[in-house]
Amino acid sequence: MNGDGQPRSARSGGRPRMFVRLLLRAMLVRRGRALTALAAILVASGATAAMLNLYVDVQAKLQREFRGYGANLIVVAPQGATLPEDALAQVDAALAGRGTAAPFAYVIAKTSDGAPVVVAGTDFTRARKLDSFWAVTKWPDTPAGALVGRRAASLLSPEGRPFDLTFGGKPLRLAQAGILKTGAAEDSRVYLSLPEFTAWTGVGATSIEVAASGTPEEIRQVMQRLASALPGAEVRPLRQIQEGEARVLGKTRATLLASIALIILTAALCLLATLTAWVMEHRKDFAVMKALGASHRMVNAFFAAQAAALGALGATLGFFLGVGAAAWIGRANFQAAVTPRLSLFPAVVLGSIAVALLAAVLPMSILRRVQPAAILRGE
Amino acid sequence: MFLRLLFESFRRQKRRKLLAGVAVALGVAVATAMIAVATDIGDKMNRELRTYGANIVAYPEEDTLDVQVGGVDLKPVSQGAYLNEADLPKIKGTFWRHNILGFAPFLPVHLAVTAGGASLPDVQLLGTYFAKPLKLGDDSFTTGVRTTHPWWKVEGAWPADDSEQVLAGEDLARKLGLKPGDRIQAGGRALEVTGILSAGPAENQGLVGPLSLAQAIAGRPGAVRQVFVSALTKPEDELARRDPASMSPEVRDRWYCSPYANSIAFQIQEVLPHARAEQIRQVAQNEGAVLNKIQGLMLLITLAALLAAGLAVSAAMATAILERRREVGLMKALGAGNVAVAALFFTEAALLALLGGTAGYAAGLLLAQGIARSIFASRVALQPVLFPLVLGVAVVVTFAGSAASIRRALRFEPALVLRGDA
Repeated sequence: MNGDGQPRSARSGGRPRMFVRLLLRAMLVRRGRALTALAAILVASGATAAMLNLYVDVQAKLQREFRGYGANLIVVAPQGATLPEDALAQVDAALAGRGTAAPFAYVIAKTSDGAPVVVAGTDFTRARKLDSFWAVTKWPDTPAGALVGRRAASLLSPEGRPFDLTFGGKPLRLAQAGILKTGAAEDSRVYLSLPEFTAWTGVGATSIEVAASGTPEEIRQVMQRLASALPGAEVRPLRQIQEGEARVLGKTRATLLASIALIILTAALCLLATLTAWVMEHRKDFAVMKALGASHRMVNAFFAAQAAALGALGATLGFFLGVGAAAWIGRANFQAAVTPRLSLFPAVVLGSIAVALLAAVLPMSILRRVQPAAILRGE
Repeated sequence: MFLRLLFESFRRQKRRKLLAGVAVALGVAVATAMIAVATDIGDKMNRELRTYGANIVAYPEEDTLDVQVGGVDLKPVSQGAYLNEADLPKIKGTFWRHNILGFAPFLPVHLAVTAGGASLPDVQLLGTYFAKPLKLGDDSFTTGVRTTHPWWKVEGAWPADDSEQVLAGEDLARKLGLKPGDRIQAGGRALEVTGILSAGPAENQGLVGPLSLAQAIAGRPGAVRQVFVSALTKPEDELARRDPASMSPEVRDRWYCSPYANSIAFQIQEVLPHARAEQIRQVAQNEGAVLNKIQGLMLLITLAALLAAGLAVSAAMATAILERRREVGLMKALGAGNVAVAALFFTEAALLALLGGTAGYAAGLLLAQGIARSIFASRVALQPVLFPLVLGVAVVVTFAGSAASIRRALRFEPALVLRGDA
């Protein structure tokens, strides 16, 4: 083949051609048996590919679900100071699209009868995205509209009428646009849009709540980027959210891994059994070849090549079947497509060729000890 | 004659029967393990999700508004209403008491703290239970923040309940240079810092001590500001979102007897006088979402496992029968009909399925326990109904796997098979 001599290539050229012909005929003539083995490989490698594909992707899918818990980081201005004007832009840049953030500012104002109430300023569009667990009857769309916590609403304006608040001697009349319910401290607060809040109180955003998605390592990097972009502010992790996520995600992955290992093991054993049977079925071919003077190596290579060809063909088809199955599971359970990982392709194909070869070698070592004549006689 | 054939077949082909039996057992074991883990994963994950802390809060109905910024309670201790500490054990007397993993009462007080040379004028001391033994009727149980707030980390030791020991938040400890074992002056007492606490932003800046200490400093024995309850709940569905006031009696009973966060909160409200209990939406709502996804995923993967196990069993059976074509030929040559031969093979398959299935079920349970123990450090709940179900499936799959091969084996001409040509 490498062209170092015409005669040599001619001399040995006959045998490979014969070999390939034998191989092809063996598969085509006993199509039924080869198809059964092929189907086994197809299913085994399909299941393996689907499970591996899913395992790689499921972490990202679940992490998205965990973002429903809201912020996992908080950027806080030093006591008595506000965050710089461009702080939110800096946070967005540090997140680089992998997360959401919303600014918050708080003061304690007085109601008309002198009771203290916490008033917060925020960006409603961002808060809505960040805190998806907030139950809100209607988000405010006018500047003077306020989002009133459930407990605050029953005190300030039980009938939904406009109400007055004072802060530092400055009164402000607010219309209740919607009611907010969370079951936590937010229920006792009144939320305004940040520009309105700043115009009234003179206080700018004092904290930015950040929901960064990614692995713990990636979140640490976001924290470092935030700390260097906003040197005056303090960046704190919200341990409650981060620990819960790490724990649940870790356990889910471990369970998945155990299940996937079981499935792959079953699939591989199924493959092994089917292929062993297939080789045993061919013991007569083996005997004929040997009786006609083929060497051990030749016969071994013949069976191994057949097994490997079946393995490669089955695995290639099975891989795409598996990717399809993974995509379906992703759509059915997470309403999002699972990205096909083509990088898994070589691993799946090589794996099934390896199992196929193993399945061919085992019966071969048994057949080797048997006399061809005995097999041909049908013993 | 039939029985003898059957018996001899098992006696003489021990190795072959063993192989087929092992294949069946393996398939059943994988299926059993996966079903057991998948049906139990909801409960296991529900417990893991409790890491997020309490999902229900109870507070006095007539209370004034919370004045809370960044988790620090700024409401003066003289203001607002309180719950009575003596009522709290009743939380464990509600309908869903076994789903209530624990609760922790909170009472914040503000005081000046002096340690070494430094002093701070306004520090929050949060009074709570750590792991307090309580009694309700004949039931005794232990509850406190160590159950409800598992994400709190303490460097050093946890204080004892009903003592003058406290935890110092990590930010406060840094400011005052405190280490475990130090003594501080606060509220006219000498308190021992047993550990440094890393928790939420508010706790990190203050002290956390026994509830009795906070009550003594505030001069309000038995007073509790809020109670946080950690309960195993069912993900919210259409019924859970409805207003219980608008339900018909039967629907309302069903709502009451389902462990939704809302209905457990409602039951807590019933036993605590003058209290209002609510689900904490941040925790309760997401729990359902996350739980549903994980359960759905496990279900689909279990289906894949069942498919793989079924194929493995079918393949093994098919192989076992094809290897016995000559036997079929011989039987037919001696005058056996197709029905007799098929009956023999199917009986053999059924026996294999029952034997292999029983062994596989036992092995699968062991496997499931192993998985549960290594991942969740707890046992998997046994479902007795699984056994007949798994055996039934094993028989069906074995039959399905054998049927095609038996048909094929019957089609061969006895003479050709016996001559060895087929």
